Amino acid sequence: METVTSFGPGLAVLVSLIGAAMILIFGRYPNIRESISIIAGIIKFGIVASMIPAVMDGKIIELKLWEVLPNLPIMFRVDAFGLLFGLIASFLWIFTTFYSIGYMRTLKEHAQTRFFFCFAMALSSAIGIAFSANLFTLFIFYEILTVSTYPLVIHIETRDAMSAGRKYLLYLLTAGIFLLFSIIAVYHYTGTTDFAPGGILAGKGIPVNMLYLLFITFMIGSAKAAFMPLHSWLPSAMIAPTPVSALLHAVAVVKVGVFTATRIILYIFGIDLMKETGLALAMAYFVAFTIIVASLFALTHDNLKKRLAYSTISQLSYVILGVVMLTPAGITGGMLHILNHAFMKITLFFCAGAIIVASGKEKISEMNGIARQMPLTMIAFTLGAIGMAGTPPMAGFISKWYMLIGSVEIEQIPLLFVLLVSTLLNVAYFAPIIINAFFKEPDKELSYKEAPLFMLIPLILTGIISLVLGIWPDEPLAIVRIAVQSLTGGT
Amino acid sequence: MITDHLSVLIIAVGLLGAFFTPIIGLIRKEMCSLWASFIILLQFLISIFLLYQVIIAGNISYWLGGWEPPWGIEYAVDLLNAFVLVIVAGICFSVSIYGRKSLGFEVPDKELPLYTLYILLTTGMLGIVVTGDIFNLYVFLEIGSLAAYALIAMGGRHSLTASFNYMIMGTVSASFILLGIGYLYVMTGTLNMADISALLPSLYGRPVILVAIALLVVGLSIKTALFPLHTWLPDAYTHAPSAVSAVLSGTFTKVGIYALIRVMFTVISPSYVIETVPVMSILSWVAAIGILAGSLLAIAQYDIKRMLAYSSVSQIGYIFLGIGMANKLAMTGGILHILSHSLMKVGLFMVAGAIIYRTGIRNIYQLKGMGKKMPYTMAAFVIGALSMIGIPPTIGFASKFYLAWGALGAGEWVFVVVILLSSLLTAVYFWRIFENAFFGVHEDIKKDEAPISMLLPILAFAVITVLLGLLASLPIGIIEQWVTGVLP
Amino acid sequence: MVLDIIFAKYNYIIYITLMTIGFYGMIGKRNLIKKLIGMSIFQYSIFLFYVSAADVSGGTAPILLKEPAVYVNPLPHVLILTAIVVAVSTLAVGLSLVIRIYKEFGTLDEDKIIELSR
Repeated sequence: METVTSFGPGLAVLVSLIGAAMILIFGRYPNIRESISIIAGIIKFGIVASMIPAVMDGKIIELKLWEVLPNLPIMFRVDAFGLLFGLIASFLWIFTTFYSIGYMRTLKEHAQTRFFFCFAMALSSAIGIAFSANLFTLFIFYEILTVSTYPLVIHIETRDAMSAGRKYLLYLLTAGIFLLFSIIAVYHYTGTTDFAPGGILAGKGIPVNMLYLLFITFMIGSAKAAFMPLHSWLPSAMIAPTPVSALLHAVAVVKVGVFTATRIILYIFGIDLMKETGLALAMAYFVAFTIIVASLFALTHDNLKKRLAYSTISQLSYVILGVVMLTPAGITGGMLHILNHAFMKITLFFCAGAIIVASGKEKISEMNGIARQMPLTMIAFTLGAIGMAGTPPMAGFISKWYMLIGSVEIEQIPLLFVLLVSTLLNVAYFAPIIINAFFKEPDKELSYKEAPLFMLIPLILTGIISLVLGIWPDEPLAIVRIAVQSLTGGT
Repeated sequence: MITDHLSVLIIAVGLLGAFFTPIIGLIRKEMCSLWASFIILLQFLISIFLLYQVIIAGNISYWLGGWEPPWGIEYAVDLLNAFVLVIVAGICFSVSIYGRKSLGFEVPDKELPLYTLYILLTTGMLGIVVTGDIFNLYVFLEIGSLAAYALIAMGGRHSLTASFNYMIMGTVSASFILLGIGYLYVMTGTLNMADISALLPSLYGRPVILVAIALLVVGLSIKTALFPLHTWLPDAYTHAPSAVSAVLSGTFTKVGIYALIRVMFTVISPSYVIETVPVMSILSWVAAIGILAGSLLAIAQYDIKRMLAYSSVSQIGYIFLGIGMANKLAMTGGILHILSHSLMKVGLFMVAGAIIYRTGIRNIYQLKGMGKKMPYTMAAFVIGALSMIGIPPTIGFASKFYLAWGALGAGEWVFVVVILLSSLLTAVYFWRIFENAFFGVHEDIKKDEAPISMLLPILAFAVITVLLGLLASLPIGIIEQWVTGVLP
Repeated sequence: MVLDIIFAKYNYIIYITLMTIGFYGMIGKRNLIKKLIGMSIFQYSIFLFYVSAADVSGGTAPILLKEPAVYVNPLPHVLILTAIVVAVSTLAVGLSLVIRIYKEFGTLDEDKIIELSR
């Protein structure tokens, strides 16, 4: 495959770093500060988008910076999979910026400069992770992401928030340590940490037990993906302001976890090794457990954001489930689900935030009849919710369809059932919200209106996009196909 | 050519400078600190030049008074010396600038003795590093130690007892070292390091050598505050003037470690201390316990300087662990950690000093709102602390990476776990400060930054911590070259 | 047999004894001055060791020797001169510290000082 050198990926990371610095400098002037956020977001998306044609041509864009440690350079490589994630993150950053301006201003939050600064840093690292060419670069941004999102999580600075923040750190720093261990081990055994489509661990004479250990530590290391025993930081982190929950805990942070796990499974271990060692199947059932149990947990929560958080945990595991099927269809489904889930879940979170801003309500049981006052918001919410359940013609259907094919291909009928049961559970925990909002009588006269336009427009747009992605999935599918082709060699 | 005499000039400049300090102070007291900075700047420049020369032209050997070794005293500079020289001189120089305000505040009206001793301390440390004569090393060690005792004692009421205890411990250690040197001398009849190492191999069967090694290791471990011989360190660092704590934490213990490396790996051959007698593996196990114990003790502290002191105990454990594992990678990591810990810890102590200078607060639970009051200082603190935890891209990450890699390569799983686990513990005790300093205060607090002469070194250290973290291959290249030459 | 060793190496026995006494003084005594005395004994025992180890019985000082003769290497003695200077300076620092401590706390008993400095 052809490789071209370009400053594109470096610039994409740099834009928001510079943006972050400027936000700090202009912290006293809210208008300038927030325009910088928006402009940086747009430029960033522009840069990322400018790489689409090259990647669609089957080229790979590389940028090798300098060697931080001997033989361990900071290096960016944009392949189809990375580009897909980069596009999602940078595109949604624009929406979220608008949304958070509305949210933060309406609620008159404190420390907004810190908020926007950390936001920009987090985005930089998300893009850095999307484009990193080796585990080492990925790890650097992974840790920066952990640190820069901490102030966002504890933004309200109450006692609860602080203890949630501690939990967040404990989980993610521990994960970082496990990841570091695994990276060092990989480097020790193979002498490289580069991602390669066939994996780099195969044929290096690594003892099988060591491989198992490595896989486990790697998966603990990607705890940002919130697999079931390591998930509990995510619901706790919901104490953050809603834009944070929306972008970071539906898109950037958790998707980084899933992205990392996928990179490790497909580009470090490689399809063949995953099959040979039986790790793929074990992992498939492991995440299947998460899918079901997290959905059940979601049912028990009355707090809308908590319910969404558990839904996220469940949906993230879809991605991994798709990937570890190791068939073209499964991987396509998994990768595509990163995109689809991002748009659907951010819509849902935006709606949850809009409800909080407009009415101050966080509990589902209090939302009776809310659609009368906020019809647009709730329509967007409905779009997102039915997409989550995988109903055609929403985006969620496409990815789920590919995963179903994948589960049939590998002849694991239990996994097929898991996917179907989970769809039912999705319906079970989203339906009450929608029913409450549209059809129940409000307890008393409702006096609030739709959220401010700054918030309303982004959520409507993302809602519409998640519908559009379901009807015309060709463009993202094309990108995913390139990635899958390079992995499996076939179509 | 004057450049031929650089390795002795670095000492001579210091000694002369120290001699003239009181005279200058008699004319104008305020000149003392400038004079000290100037002298140490000279030494810093010389050390950089020495490093440059060693990299370009190879090892430097200087014969004092033209007497050929082993009869005369030799100053031998190789990559390791030069590397440590630059660290020591650089840190002493930055802290001397920082100390102008900080020491003026904490130790008012004592410029004369203060800066004389400061230059002597610097020179003593540089002497330990530059010399190639093992008895000369002892003498410089004592010059440095005596200056250190006196400097610590300037910190007020509590520092007196701390200094006294340090002096007792330090003298025991110095006596052990002297005795160890004596045994080596009795056996070989020479004091020149290169000469001893040439003569020793035929004597390895003798128990006397073992005794000498034991004495030297214990003596130097006390000087470097290796757990459980660290007891002097917390009190001394807590009560000493902040600038002095900064210098001592960053350099004095490191110089002791340098001496240990020098004695164990070049005077005595590595194969003897690694294979024949498992000195190194014993050291590494002690260090591993020290890492955890130091971190746990640091978590229990609420005085910011005492916390940093215990954190030093833990970090020194890292260095010892790297050296003790004695494989190329771990050793590189250990020596790199000398650099990284110096940078981080000096920066952190300077921040603590700046906070004390502005507010007098030492209790970390009273730091509320400090992030708004002294934003730049606290930002530097965050960078230093993140480096201690080992978050990339900081220099602390690079050394931890190498240490863990070395442990993994040697199959020492326990050490891998210790190194990685301790990062978490480090995070615990630093995060308390973050939480208190940055969060929980909503009202506006007036900005009241440290004066520029204090802020500048603090920020410089923070920037270097990150820059070197990004360019860690540079120091690693130097260290690796040395390590490859020494380890089989 | 044992006695032979004792008599042949009596100088080493003496210095080890002195060293132990000094060490005890530094650690066991609570009075700071006594600690310093212990410290000095400790240091000087080591000097004794150096000097006696370097001595050759019947040797002379190697000053302008006309013909080959048994001589004593002067280097250890010179070294010990340096070390004595170091020891004296240490003692001076120690004593001045003790004076400051006495002025500050009014006692030289370590336990009381620890109590006072709480």
